[in-house]
Amino acid sequence: MADRATLEDLVRLQGERVRALKQQKASAEQIEEEVAKLLKLKAQLGPDEGKQKFVLKTPKGTRDYSPRQMAVREKVFDVIISCFKRHGAEVIDTPVFELKETLTGKYGEDSKLIYDLKDQGGELLSLRYDLTVPFARYLAMNKLTNIKRYHIAKVYRRDNPAMTRGRYREFYQCDFDIAGQFDPMIPDAECLKIMCEILSSLQIGDFLVKVNDRRILDGTFAVCGVPDSKFRTICSSVDKLDKVSWEEVKSEMVGEKGLAPEVADRIGDYVQQHGGVSLVEQLLQDPKLSQNKQALEGLGDLKLLFEYLTLFGIADKISFDLSLARGLDYYTGALKEKVRTTETQVLVASAQKKLLEERLKLISELWDAGIKAELLYKKNPKLLNQLQYCEEAGIPLVAIIGEQELKDGVIKLRSVASREEVDVRREDLVEEIKRRTSQPLCIC
Amino acid sequence: MPQLGLLHGRAWAVLFGQLRRPPGAVCIRAVHSHSQVAEAALATQMKPRQEKSNFIIKTPKGTRDLSPQQMVVREKILDMVVSCFKRHGAKGLDTPAFELKEMLTEKYGEDSGLIYDLKDQGGELLSLRYDLTVPFARYLAMNKVKKMKRYHVGKVWRRESPTIVQGRYREFCQCDFDIAGQFDPMIPDAECLKIMCEILSGLQLGDFLIKVNDRRILDGIFAICGVPESKFHAICSSVDKLDKMSWKDVRHEMVAKKGLAAEVADRIGDYVQCHGGVSLVKQMFQDPRLSQNKQALEGLGDLKLLFEYLTLFGIAEKISFDLSLARGLDYYTGVIYEAVLLQTPAHAEEEPLNVGSVAAGGRYDGLVGMFDPKGHKVPCVGLSIGVERIFSIVEQRMKTFGEKIRTTETQVFVATPQNNFLQERLKLIAELWDAGIKAELMYKNNPKLLTQLHYCENMGIPLVVIIGEQELKEGVIKLRSVASREEVAITRENLVAEIQKRLSES
Repeated sequence: MADRATLEDLVRLQGERVRALKQQKASAEQIEEEVAKLLKLKAQLGPDEGKQKFVLKTPKGTRDYSPRQMAVREKVFDVIISCFKRHGAEVIDTPVFELKETLTGKYGEDSKLIYDLKDQGGELLSLRYDLTVPFARYLAMNKLTNIKRYHIAKVYRRDNPAMTRGRYREFYQCDFDIAGQFDPMIPDAECLKIMCEILSSLQIGDFLVKVNDRRILDGTFAVCGVPDSKFRTICSSVDKLDKVSWEEVKSEMVGEKGLAPEVADRIGDYVQQHGGVSLVEQLLQDPKLSQNKQALEGLGDLKLLFEYLTLFGIADKISFDLSLARGLDYYTGALKEKVRTTETQVLVASAQKKLLEERLKLISELWDAGIKAELLYKKNPKLLNQLQYCEEAGIPLVAIIGEQELKDGVIKLRSVASREEVDVRREDLVEEIKRRTSQPLCIC
Repeated sequence: MPQLGLLHGRAWAVLFGQLRRPPGAVCIRAVHSHSQVAEAALATQMKPRQEKSNFIIKTPKGTRDLSPQQMVVREKILDMVVSCFKRHGAKGLDTPAFELKEMLTEKYGEDSGLIYDLKDQGGELLSLRYDLTVPFARYLAMNKVKKMKRYHVGKVWRRESPTIVQGRYREFCQCDFDIAGQFDPMIPDAECLKIMCEILSGLQLGDFLIKVNDRRILDGIFAICGVPESKFHAICSSVDKLDKMSWKDVRHEMVAKKGLAAEVADRIGDYVQCHGGVSLVKQMFQDPRLSQNKQALEGLGDLKLLFEYLTLFGIAEKISFDLSLARGLDYYTGVIYEAVLLQTPAHAEEEPLNVGSVAAGGRYDGLVGMFDPKGHKVPCVGLSIGVERIFSIVEQRMKTFGEKIRTTETQVFVATPQNNFLQERLKLIAELWDAGIKAELMYKNNPKLLTQLHYCENMGIPLVVIIGEQELKEGVIKLRSVASREEVAITRENLVAEIQKRLSES
């Protein structure tokens, strides 16, 4: 009897042999013969053969969504999508991977974070990194210049978890874009209106939307005396103002990025400011900034934007914040309410033994009437277990079949919450269930 | 609206540049006025690149974008499927698009070559999921779940050769429903078939049939007919072709290409050409040879019980016990089933569509055990709806009948015939949005009324509210039905209520 290691080797070799034969499209007989040999060898390895040597897990940076997480996700997406639809957006979808060349050169330093597919003899492919490049490709391919679209889908980034703790490699993006040539700031205002509607509906508490303009930032840097070549790096320092103090930011700009201290001070005068439309008007009067053409353009647009936001009734949620440099951080909220993972309305139960047939017939009637119903997959379940199941799963109603009730032509309809029971005629049951489950606060 | 023009490489780069966002930002983005990106600084690490002017812009082979029209059709179908799953008490589940390569190894038999691998970039070896069943089994084993009824709608990826099978995509959507756990026999299996019937009826695809068989019955038949064990798999895949090829051709393949003795092939033929209802099950029970085979008897027994339940569920006439049903994947251990449409859409003008099966599934009791470190089994039974095929049937039908699909759900358009009325429009539309009404307006300071009305007609928007100087003075808004062109004046305070009333009536 060959020792285990040798046997495993033989299995592996034989497996390779079989695969090779298949690839070469050898005759079916030959393949069969070799497969039979392989199976015999594997059988010799014994029951251990089934044991895998890997750890049971999802790939690094990815996770399953449990039913509970799915229920939460669905709620959130419903709010978001109904808002997009309310504003007349269309939806598209694109493949999970793109031709590698489509993504090449679009992400700068982040390109190394792209997942590539193995070269298996066909086109070179990569998993999408965001939804923007696919959108641009979609517009170009379809020769579109006007569209209002949303796209909710997962994207993939090989983020290094050592540097960015807790960051997922597979995560959802929810993009909304209005593409096209329009009169200024109206679509921009609508986007902010949408953001406010969504954040309000999600009821995650008070929120604020910070707004700024690239031209104002650049104009500010220019009038303060930042050398052109340092614009971007100073920008990313300024961006940290939402997390660290001005002193720290200044010290980074001067100490690490070689900015003259007076220049840094001048920047500080501007970027620590935030306010409403009055700040916009103030800056339009600013002696230095008003000399800068770019900044004036940006300020002009923001002024117009604020007019529209006022008409939309959301100006109080918007803050013109001169330290905003990179964009909004992503938001995670905790929804603490109890979440049901199924929507089942009725459990079809039996009080005595040998009533499976009756349960099957009744549940079929309920399904056919569009009612969400379940039954236990047991021929003779105990009533207590069935009731307990309802409580755990949050099912509000039980339809109990009993021998006596069958004779009388009724079903016992029981509210799980109140434990109140009432006999309902078989013909009226569907109606009664629908009535009870349509009430706004399911006080069944 | 500006004219559409061809965008070649350079123009695309510019367009792209306007759309580009910084990485790491995962929130809804406001964007794009005529002059520039309105969001805060693009801290772009992106260096300007030369675009190849002859770069062909396309999706990868075997994949496609879904346009707004296609998405509307897809969403309707998926909504219907998911609501059926929910009606049966299933919970939703989602898994990552890729798994550790080792998870998928040895689960798919001959189809393993069709798996998309990710490049070895120094980390774990990964592959895109090939179906939703193996991830489910992995989930169960990982979380030590003994019982679960779950549905999962998601994309899967297979490197199928598109030349061999027309219209087969490499990226496609599956809708799976599975019941995992040890239960009294055949009740969950019956529920799976009930679900398939509900869905196929609900989608109104015409008449359909669900073929049912059992792995053990097939193996039993092969055994008693004298097929050598080593040839089971090969003969099985020949038998599977009986839905596409004649028995004559299948028999020829078995004898000439797979080296089966002619008498053995003939014996097989006596069985596998049979199909019928529960009476066939009973007949097979009596079959002198088959009834000697323990495996076959088990299978027949389960099928008999299954038919009892299916009768109680009211769907027995849609089910056919078909001894030629074999099904591809290796992991089935018991009952297997497949739904086929009985005829192509019954209209002469339509091209007959050969779309194969539209749903399938079966029992697979050994799969979870392959993941569990101690080999503990969790019996499973489930089904998969071939939503892509259904999708193309429905699309085709809509094309044939020239059905117009609305791609937005907008109910009201806010318009004005006057210049300088943007402010009024903005105020009014915000009232509508805040009342939950789906509304749009034109992104123009001074749009022409005719243009706005044409837009409504094209987009299928049913109502328009028109404000003008006259109306403002009188404190009313004109509410106009796009279809009938009838207009009526409503006071500002009553507008929302009136709109909601009309929308609920239609």
